Amino acid sequence: MEVLFYTILTLCALGVLAAVILYFVAQKFRVEEDPRIDEVEKMLPGANCGGCGFAGCHGMADALVKNDDISSLFCPVGGGECMKAVAKYLGKAAAEKEPQVATVRCGGTCEKRPRTSQFDGTKSCAVASALYVGETDCAFGCVGYGDCVDACNFDALHMNPETGMPTVDPDKCVACGACVSACPKHIIELRKKFPKNRAVYVGCVSKDKGAVVMKACKAGCIGCGKCVKTCPFGAITLIDNVAWIDSSKCKLCRKCVNECPTGAIKLVGMDPLPKTPKVAPAKPVVAAAKPATAAPAAAKPAAAPAEKPATSEEKSQTPVQATPVQETPAKEASKAAPAVEKTEEK
Amino acid sequence: MRTFPIGGVHPSANKLSAGKPIEVLPLPDVVNIPLGQHIGAPAVAKVAKGDKVLTGQLIAEAGGFMSANIHSPISGTVTAVGPQVNAQGLRQPMITIKREGDDWVETIDRSETLIKECTLDSKQIIEKIKAAGIVGMGGATFPTHVKLSIPPGKKAEILIINGVECEPYLTSDHRTMLERGEELLVGVTILMKAINVTHAVIGIENNKPDAIAHLQKLATGYKGVEVMPLQVRYPQGGEKQLIAAVTGRQVPPPPALPIDVGAVVCNASTTVAVYEAVQKNKPLIERVVTITGKSVKNPRNLRTRMGTPISMLLEAGGGIPENTGKIINGGPMMGRAMVNLESPVTKGCSGITVMSGKDAVRREPSQCIKCAKCVAACPMGLEPYLMAKLAQKHGWDSLEENMITSCIECGCCQSSCPSYLPLLDWVRLGKQTVMGRIRARAAAAKAKAEAAKAAEAEAKK
Amino acid sequence: MANKLIVAPAPHVQSDRSTALIMRDVVIALIPALAVSTYVFGVDVLFVTAVSVLACVLFEYLIQKFLVGGALTINNWSAVVTGVLLAFNLPASIPWWIVVIGALVSIGIAKMTFGGIGKNPFNPALVGRVFLLLAYPVQMTSFPTVEGCDALSGATMLAAVKQGAVGFDALGIQNLLIGTMPGSMGEVAALALLLGFVYLLWRKVITWHIPVTILGTMAVFAFLVALTRGGGALLWQMPLFHVLAGGALLGSIYMATDYSSSPMTVKGGVIFAFGIGVITMLIRLWGAYPEGMSFAILIMNSVVPLINKYVKPKRFGVK
Repeated sequence: MEVLFYTILTLCALGVLAAVILYFVAQKFRVEEDPRIDEVEKMLPGANCGGCGFAGCHGMADALVKNDDISSLFCPVGGGECMKAVAKYLGKAAAEKEPQVATVRCGGTCEKRPRTSQFDGTKSCAVASALYVGETDCAFGCVGYGDCVDACNFDALHMNPETGMPTVDPDKCVACGACVSACPKHIIELRKKFPKNRAVYVGCVSKDKGAVVMKACKAGCIGCGKCVKTCPFGAITLIDNVAWIDSSKCKLCRKCVNECPTGAIKLVGMDPLPKTPKVAPAKPVVAAAKPATAAPAAAKPAAAPAEKPATSEEKSQTPVQATPVQETPAKEASKAAPAVEKTEEK
Repeated sequence: MRTFPIGGVHPSANKLSAGKPIEVLPLPDVVNIPLGQHIGAPAVAKVAKGDKVLTGQLIAEAGGFMSANIHSPISGTVTAVGPQVNAQGLRQPMITIKREGDDWVETIDRSETLIKECTLDSKQIIEKIKAAGIVGMGGATFPTHVKLSIPPGKKAEILIINGVECEPYLTSDHRTMLERGEELLVGVTILMKAINVTHAVIGIENNKPDAIAHLQKLATGYKGVEVMPLQVRYPQGGEKQLIAAVTGRQVPPPPALPIDVGAVVCNASTTVAVYEAVQKNKPLIERVVTITGKSVKNPRNLRTRMGTPISMLLEAGGGIPENTGKIINGGPMMGRAMVNLESPVTKGCSGITVMSGKDAVRREPSQCIKCAKCVAACPMGLEPYLMAKLAQKHGWDSLEENMITSCIECGCCQSSCPSYLPLLDWVRLGKQTVMGRIRARAAAAKAKAEAAKAAEAEAKK
Repeated sequence: MANKLIVAPAPHVQSDRSTALIMRDVVIALIPALAVSTYVFGVDVLFVTAVSVLACVLFEYLIQKFLVGGALTINNWSAVVTGVLLAFNLPASIPWWIVVIGALVSIGIAKMTFGGIGKNPFNPALVGRVFLLLAYPVQMTSFPTVEGCDALSGATMLAAVKQGAVGFDALGIQNLLIGTMPGSMGEVAALALLLGFVYLLWRKVITWHIPVTILGTMAVFAFLVALTRGGGALLWQMPLFHVLAGGALLGSIYMATDYSSSPMTVKGGVIFAFGIGVITMLIRLWGAYPEGMSFAILIMNSVVPLINKYVKPKRFGVK
């Protein structure tokens, strides 16, 4: 009985002693933190993906609370809604950004781009591209070992065994940019996300000259510049032998898609325009004169122009219909221009 | 017998061509000369399409402090200056020359006579070496004149000539030491004069007794030159390992350099090139290349002009063997596998190794069993198993703490792994990333300091 | 040349020693001890070893096939090594079903739970042995009597000495070396175990640092204790006895050197081995058990991650 008593007493004394020590330690090492940081962190998605540029959501919350001007901070995962809520809570002005989606700008599938060597090292894009050109002759294209897939925290990227390249699931992609920095070839770009996941983009980043590109890959951009001339919105630029479509200017009119001789311009979620409609060269009525009105509409209706050739009646109703008509003169112009290869201007 | 203190492995030597005298490869009809054949800034082309050039004529000038001149290895007409595909399949600026005969620049002395006397002073010697475009021919291709220009405040105490050739298969240095011993020794005395030292050691591994005996006999006629046999152990030819083996001093981790322990190391073939440059005015336009491999019909050592397509060397070795898997520019431990056989021989190309059949394919890796063989093998005292794991998990800070920048990429870890893990693939990636981060940090610090300075100056105004 | 060229980063040579070869070398090194043990204890030894090896391999196969998935690793001989070592830690008279339970604990709990070969923090065979020792103490400590040392009547030398039944010199060095004394199957044959040690050193499977440090620490410890107990003949008898009797040799050569549960550096290995030596002696002299090798190794196994973190190899160029 006595033993039991002393045992209990000793344990209690130990407990009290430990409590006192803990109390003083807690006092000494207490970290003062703005309670709003915790609140803001709760409002953020909690993915800790680093897409905002901070190490995790806590870092972002800290910055949101501490900076007076938060317009440069943006959480790509939570998007505008989340930022609005945070800004409301903090009484600051939120940044607004259009939703974006990761886009793999390479069309060098197994079929289009022959394999010319066999890579036997670690199956990592970073390792392979640091060593040599890769299994194909294209020094710019997708290496195909899925560093981007590994980098994705949202299960939005998967390797397609048929093409040997990654595909993005636009519904899952939050545009955090992890894949963009993981890709050693800088192929993946965050582009404006159009409704219904539609997109028009140049599926090639090769800076090689046209002849070199064609030798290595059947789907590469040869830098001919036809698309640049065709684009009614000035959205396409040609730098270093490769065309690039500015997604903030692109209205998804799809004219460039038909112009591209190699099929390097990719079209997603829409049918292509009919090939060279045999319409007599009608007067470009709406055309380039009013790109502003044509533009937003072009983005909306699905594949309307593809279904049947435009009539003047419909044209007046839906401005989209202007496109096929407008296309013809552009086509002719391009025929006159020297075909294929690089244009002299470079 | 001496050797370096930590780690090391013993790969099978396979010196198939050790007994083959150096032969001269016929001149190629067309050469491609890359502008970047050395560490540092690429050279700047001084010729244009259509220009006629002579053998030994300067065609590209050093593009900065850390760079080297390039000379035409043949005489003929420049047919193109622009990007060409290199051995790794990447496009790189090159000068293409079509050969017409073989007319040399007049100032070059092509006779075989040995000129021992050198009356030039240190500065003139270094200037001549710089003009000749000499770089380290062991594979690192570090511009020799930069190495010889001792920075102020430092002092060289010993010159070490690297005749180790620890890389399996390769024998070009070995043959050069045997056949051009006198030239080598004169080169040594010239280098000693250039860096102002009285003591030079030629380090040779004990598996080349003929070269050791030959040079020991010759060295008696040269004051201060010693031939030191070394225990056979890879990577003894690594600069830091060789210094440690010969002097017992260890070069501290980067950014320290060999000169910090008073040593200057120069490869044996490079030393002969120095002799030719200083005494004969001959720029670095040819080198000895070993063509070797177990399946190669006729492994041999060939004196080859720079820019010669590697396919010509393979042809000289008896053609590309059946079931060839890998063709390596260099030896099997540190050489780079190539994809383009038409790519040119460059200043750092000491051999072409052909691997066939099973030798050419990596075996299936399995789980790490923590046997610590990689740790024991690492000559820099690092932990490859840990670095590989950290690199896979992007633990860059931790990698830096674990001194990944000390890694010399010798391959000891990977070649000793019983689980066949691709350790060096990851370590190399980690090293590149960490070096990038260090550089970025330095640049940021510099920018910050400059901004502060500017602000201060502004305030003063 | 019709095929595509193969490209991979350097180095382009690989070791000619695979994991399977290394593990097979360990098995080969254990064969002399197995032979001596069979001579001393009879064919039961072979039966127990066979059951243990088969059970270990089977459990590893089943667990990989049906529970964890992934590539099969039974062909790398590591399960065989565990099986032999587990058997070596058991008395020859043990019932076969206890051996099977021991194998299940070794492979199932100590090895595969942590991810299989290379990831186990504790030596699997020892975990199995200690489990059996606690679960079946009677069967685990009744050893068959051995001709020529009736004085011990089924107790191990360590136990007999600890109880004060006999002195350190009861058997003589000859018996200690050859192994004609009661004990676990694999621990008795000192000379055969040393022969295996030489083989492992020659094949470069292990380095000498861990075994020699453990045995050296134990010998020095015993010597110091002998000093306090009056010295004399004890000064050499006691160290020699502690090094040769019990599981000291088996543990230090074959168990403490287990790759995944020992430190990665030589320096770390020496610290680890010193700890094992000291703990073994503490248990042997003042603990509740006559033998402390298994506990000492398991305790030091748990310190290995810490040692790996703080004990770094000698870096080149760093003073």
